[in-house]
Amino acid sequence: MKWGVIVFPGSNCDHDCYHVLKHVLHQDTHFLWHKDDAHLDDFDALVLPGGFSYGDYLRTGAIAQFSPVMKSVVAFAKKGGLVLGICNGFQILLESGLLPGAMLRNASLKFICESVTLRVENSKNPFTHQCQKGEELSMPIAHMEGNYFIDPEGLKKLKDQGQIIFRYVKNPNGSQDDIAGISNEKGNVLGLMPHPERASESILGSQDGRRLFESAIHSLESNR
Amino acid sequence: MIARVYVTLKEGVLDPQGKTVQKSLHSIGFKEVSDVRVGKYIEVTLPDSIERAEAQKKLERMCEQLLANTIIENYSFNII
Repeated sequence: MKWGVIVFPGSNCDHDCYHVLKHVLHQDTHFLWHKDDAHLDDFDALVLPGGFSYGDYLRTGAIAQFSPVMKSVVAFAKKGGLVLGICNGFQILLESGLLPGAMLRNASLKFICESVTLRVENSKNPFTHQCQKGEELSMPIAHMEGNYFIDPEGLKKLKDQGQIIFRYVKNPNGSQDDIAGISNEKGNVLGLMPHPERASESILGSQDGRRLFESAIHSLESNR
Repeated sequence: MIARVYVTLKEGVLDPQGKTVQKSLHSIGFKEVSDVRVGKYIEVTLPDSIERAEAQKKLERMCEQLLANTIIENYSFNII
């Protein structure tokens, strides 16, 4: 499958994502520079990696949403292409309106870097369909703004439509309803704060993150 | 022409930063402080040649598109 990893100025997990996709999972993987008006028609899936795009100035993800490449990403997502936003990538998906809600500072006001346990709340998503509902996955988080916020009406919609894909077993950041990852209505766009790419090899202490990438690859293959 | 833009968290959105500042104010003796909300102040300079009404419209769009995230924030501005 052909994967694109978007690189914004300040992305710092781009190489980790590239490494996992290319060298661990043997996918045809390409970096996509944010300034390029990319032609994404022959790509199967995109990753918006973690980092501090544009220095996190104004709000996390606020400036990145207007990068030239984002127009192509939005069009790709609207056509049903798989888009995975990790950490800062999730924040960019929120700011660009591809996912609902917004991020606030962690309730502790501290940058949190630790391993967390996630519960898979919906295993029908392309990124989780090889997991079981209720299964627990271990992955690291590393963020200052992971305190997910959405108004009560929006939260009800997320719940009713099965858009809450991951919850924290123990809430680290004050996130509403323990939300760690959500999808759009169609399910093809997923954002999560934890880093699956940092938990995809046994030497790193957990391989649970691989499950997301493997699920996506499997679902792309079965849709061919 | 300078526009002073104020971006504040909406009511009902928790502000841990404000709470921490409030606690600190209490600890240095300002016990009467019942709440603190921390926001942003942004100065936007525009050419004087722009009509006020036009500037008003432009500022509105700047706030909606970028300066504020209207899911969690309110904005206001005045032009001087």
